[in-house]
Amino acid sequence: MILEVENLKKYFEVSLGTVRAIDDISFGVEEGETFGLVGESGSGKSTTGHVIVGIYKPTSGKILYKGEDISVPLKKRPIMLKKEIQMVFQDPRSSLNPMQTVRDIVELPMRIHMKHMSSRDREAKVKRILEEVGLPPEDFMNRFPRELGGGESQLVAIARALASEPSFIVLDEPTSALDVSIQAKIISVLLKLQREYNLSYLFITHDLSLVRNVSRRVAIMYLGKIYELAPTERFFVNPLHPYTKMLLSSVPVLTEDEERLKPKEIRSTGEIPSPMNPPSGCRFRTRCPLAYERCSEVEPKFAEVEDGHYVACHLYNSQS
Amino acid sequence: MPSREDERVPLLEVRNLKVSYKTYRGILKVLDGVNFEIEKGEKVGIIGESGCGKTTTMKAIMRILPSNAIVEGGEILYNGTDILKMSESEFNKIRRERFAMIFQDPTAALNPVFKVGEQLMDILRYSKGTGKYDEDDLKEEIIGAFREVMLPDPERVFDSYPFQLSGGMRQRVCIALALLTAKELLIADEPTTNLDVTIQDQILRLIKDLVSRRDLSVILISHALGAVRGLVDRVYVMYAGTMVESNEVNELFRSPKHPYTRALLSSAPRLTGGGISQGIPGNVPDYLNPPSGCRFHPRCESKKFICDIEPPGFFSVEKGGKVACFLYAER
Repeated sequence: MILEVENLKKYFEVSLGTVRAIDDISFGVEEGETFGLVGESGSGKSTTGHVIVGIYKPTSGKILYKGEDISVPLKKRPIMLKKEIQMVFQDPRSSLNPMQTVRDIVELPMRIHMKHMSSRDREAKVKRILEEVGLPPEDFMNRFPRELGGGESQLVAIARALASEPSFIVLDEPTSALDVSIQAKIISVLLKLQREYNLSYLFITHDLSLVRNVSRRVAIMYLGKIYELAPTERFFVNPLHPYTKMLLSSVPVLTEDEERLKPKEIRSTGEIPSPMNPPSGCRFRTRCPLAYERCSEVEPKFAEVEDGHYVACHLYNSQS
Repeated sequence: MPSREDERVPLLEVRNLKVSYKTYRGILKVLDGVNFEIEKGEKVGIIGESGCGKTTTMKAIMRILPSNAIVEGGEILYNGTDILKMSESEFNKIRRERFAMIFQDPTAALNPVFKVGEQLMDILRYSKGTGKYDEDDLKEEIIGAFREVMLPDPERVFDSYPFQLSGGMRQRVCIALALLTAKELLIADEPTTNLDVTIQDQILRLIKDLVSRRDLSVILISHALGAVRGLVDRVYVMYAGTMVESNEVNELFRSPKHPYTRALLSSAPRLTGGGISQGIPGNVPDYLNPPSGCRFHPRCESKKFICDIEPPGFFSVEKGGKVACFLYAER
């Protein structure tokens, strides 16, 4: 495991109370794999990414990177580790500085993490990275973000993440603002880079069809908790948790084959409750057609039901 | 599929519509001869990527194009009459009584400083004209529509401000509003784009259910291919301001013909896995200076010598489909 998250919690104090954005989650990412973290708005998936890169300090719990605890305030995190863990944000237009050229943007991490580099070396490296992500440097080096399309901006953001030579990248909905033909381009670049540099990805998305095609394992979050975690194939062919089934049954698809794969027994109803005041017991019970008394009384344990397949639901672990 | 008899007049027919935008950079030639039609009771989808002119086409139909847009040519026939030639008051009557539109962003479609109920009352008063209604009946009607779109606690929603509702609830309010005024045609422009997938599923099922119950014609515009597939009878595909292909919905998704449609569908990730294509090479063209001939030719893998000289007309394919591509010329 390159990254291990243990009993992680992140609460935000707001004027109306406490938002429990992440409430005790545990998972690990193996070296060189893509780990998909899916969920709807308000599930806490982006907050998880932010805590891992150090934007927020966790309320409690541990994050181990190559065995070293990084759940310390960002200022105390060794610079070596900051360099190792990078992030690509959802909206490339707001994550690139509009006053800087592509060259400045991609060069910045080198100025911070590779202080010994000469400016000529830096320039050569910027060029190499831009080529790597499929942007011809002679065309793009001196452009400003406003002169880029949405897909091109995201490629620049990826180039910037690569500049510090990381081994772990958090991809927070990197293609959800883009059209499918451009999404396909970005994903193929990301997969190519992963093979080349043995990168590990935490891929955060709400798009189940996409996650099926990019990740090796998938975890699903709802109201700050992980409810199911499984190898991708199992997750899609044999989903267990009612929420997973509801989510899968809601995905709009393009072919008959996909239609057959969708669970039929659970249709989407209701809306996600406020994370300020989550339901007692299992947080999904208010929308779950299979809920019974126990679900409101006892919180289901996150337990392994088969090799590598974990689920938190009373239907599967009656002893919990 | 409705039967297509030649002498029947479609509900709405767009013929060779050309729209440009005046900007500081020059004239953007956006719509370049858009053709499509919708029969009474038919549900039609328009798919295409950002900037392909889907929304411009709809705005032209509703006559709500921004002031810098110029309609360069073409006709929009409603029951055989060109709505582009109607006076504002003539068209207002149609827009008020026959058509309705659901927009992409329900938050922007509702006024944030008025209660939801008040806003809907105002719109109903306007659409009914003066002196022919009773205030309590109007409220009844709105509450009834709220029930129909399955809003929980409709009385409370009536007295809520938009910010007190979730995104899904706001979109339900907008659908209720559309239902109150649409008697014939519902235009839904990306109605579920900003919503979570479980909510999207609920809203799409709701729209599907309501239009069939009320026998409305629907134009669904979306870049979400799967959403369109689940709702409509026939699909049009747009690329860079032109219609490139149309066909019955299952045929189109099973056997896309135009090189653009094929590339677009193969870019979409599948729930069954199997990997993703590399996408479509190149970029969408600049409308300031669009490619000659077929607008897709610079990115097309099947380009022939004629493609950059002459724009292709429509060629017929199986199941009543039409494709604007010279590959299908010999048929």
